[in-house]
Amino acid sequence: MSEVLILVDAVDGKVAKSTGELATFAKAIGRVNAVVFDASLVSQLSAYEIDNVIVCSGIDVTKFSPAPIAQSLAQLVTSKSAAAVLITSSSRGKEVAGRLAVATNSGIITDASTIDAELITTQVVFGGSTTVHAAVTHGTTIVTLRSNSIEPIAGSGTPTTEDFAPVISDSAKLGVVISTQPAVKGGRPELTEASIVVSGGRGTNGDFKPVEAFADVLGAAVGASRAATDAGWYPHTHQVGQTGKTVSPQLYVACGISGAIQHRAGMQTSKMIVAINKDSEAPIFELADYGVIGDLFNVLPQATTAIAAKKA
Amino acid sequence: MKIAVCVKQVPDSWAEKKMAGGVLDRANVDAVLNDLDEYAVEEALRIVEANSPTKEAGEESGHSITLISMGPDRATEAIRKALSMGADDAIHICDAALAGSDALATSLVLSKAISDGGFDLVICGTESTDARMSVIPAMLAERLGWAQLTFAGTVSVDPSASKVSIARSTEFGIENMEGNFPAVVSVIEKINEPRYPSFKGIMASKKKTITIKSLSDIGISAEQVGSKAAWSTVKDAVIRPARSTGIKIEDGGDGGSKLVDFLAEKRVI
Repeated sequence: MSEVLILVDAVDGKVAKSTGELATFAKAIGRVNAVVFDASLVSQLSAYEIDNVIVCSGIDVTKFSPAPIAQSLAQLVTSKSAAAVLITSSSRGKEVAGRLAVATNSGIITDASTIDAELITTQVVFGGSTTVHAAVTHGTTIVTLRSNSIEPIAGSGTPTTEDFAPVISDSAKLGVVISTQPAVKGGRPELTEASIVVSGGRGTNGDFKPVEAFADVLGAAVGASRAATDAGWYPHTHQVGQTGKTVSPQLYVACGISGAIQHRAGMQTSKMIVAINKDSEAPIFELADYGVIGDLFNVLPQATTAIAAKKA
Repeated sequence: MKIAVCVKQVPDSWAEKKMAGGVLDRANVDAVLNDLDEYAVEEALRIVEANSPTKEAGEESGHSITLISMGPDRATEAIRKALSMGADDAIHICDAALAGSDALATSLVLSKAISDGGFDLVICGTESTDARMSVIPAMLAERLGWAQLTFAGTVSVDPSASKVSIARSTEFGIENMEGNFPAVVSVIEKINEPRYPSFKGIMASKKKTITIKSLSDIGISAEQVGSKAAWSTVKDAVIRPARSTGIKIEDGGDGGSKLVDFLAEKRVI
């Protein structure tokens, strides 16, 4: 049976749902080996369909660039004769994958939304206008997968564990993390992982309160257009679009966002799109499953109240 | 201090993109300098200016900025634009065999041109707006064996100590990282506001040297690059049906309630 490696993703000591998605894709290909650098995460991994957990020790990967992670995976690719390595499509995940492809002389595909048992990937490209099927033709198949692409299958047993001590070269330790100021926690889900995203744009005029209130009643993440982040109205880490994050939630609510092509590139593959805009000609309405021509400062508070009433 | 900045000519991000024979059709769209690379050029200029307080950017300061670009003949236009911002000269790797190269081949070619040039620092944008893979800076660091300092929101360089420090924002918070020369740095688009080329800069750029190099000049064989050497292949590319036009209502005072009714009916809430 083929061996597949997946890289476990965690934030604040909690294994991310995207890890379960990787495991679900990997299970269709072969035996699922979850690679983890923090032994305290092992107990959480039985939540997903994982056969074996490989605990890498001897290196604190949070203190370096992604190089040591890539180097460890490269050694595991060789020792396991892995057919594929699946990694979450975050900035860091793509960097790990890129270095791993160079180190193992392997082809790489990024931002896939699926991979099947024959190792054929699906990618949605050009701002959602084209679907591409592709495959790696040399070496190990290295693929990064977007979050929210599949419902993770729950684990059916406790995975076996094995310890691995990677050999990390000096050149992999050249970029060093000197200090980290922890992110301010907003209590909202991570943008790329959330199943609902509510975003605000120029139409907010800098007032994101109604956007945040609607997001909170839905348990959603808050996004912003480039116009809003450039104006300093919202942190750029929340920017959705070509130069920001790409999201693919079940529901995307665009509030006061005109829908320039750069923004569409970051949200066009959302399962359902709702737009609220005063301008009836705004291009965002071309994408919207449901569009409200109106002032977000009237529509959002009313919708927020209506949902709160339904919940009560 | 010798700085290299990687720049790429890309299809205009406002243009409609299509596939042709399994790769992006580049011939039939307007081409521009990848706008994320402008931030890299700007940051290089600022690093030089910060380290030569009394001089303009340029060779007199003892620092230099060389653009490195791989692409067809017409990529010269994008290179000239970056030169007109203030970079000193450029190396353009141009060879018919390069057409259809994947990220692995691209990083191989760029890394060869960089290692031949004796640079202290390579600065890149985070990604190109066409392929959007965001892997080239990491691949360069892996190939060159240099420090990787990527997704920088701020960069400071101390040439006398051969040290680069960056701050970057990640899911873990703000990370402060450092490394010694030589290093690969990538910069996000919030790092600066790229300058518009001045008239003087545009005139000066016409006199700046663009060194054209073939694959054999940098010691790479044609078999290592191009579409035939790509390690991934497109099976098919299908135009997705346009999203069918949905429901559009005018807010007559009950738009919010109607929206919630719709979401409830579709069971998304």
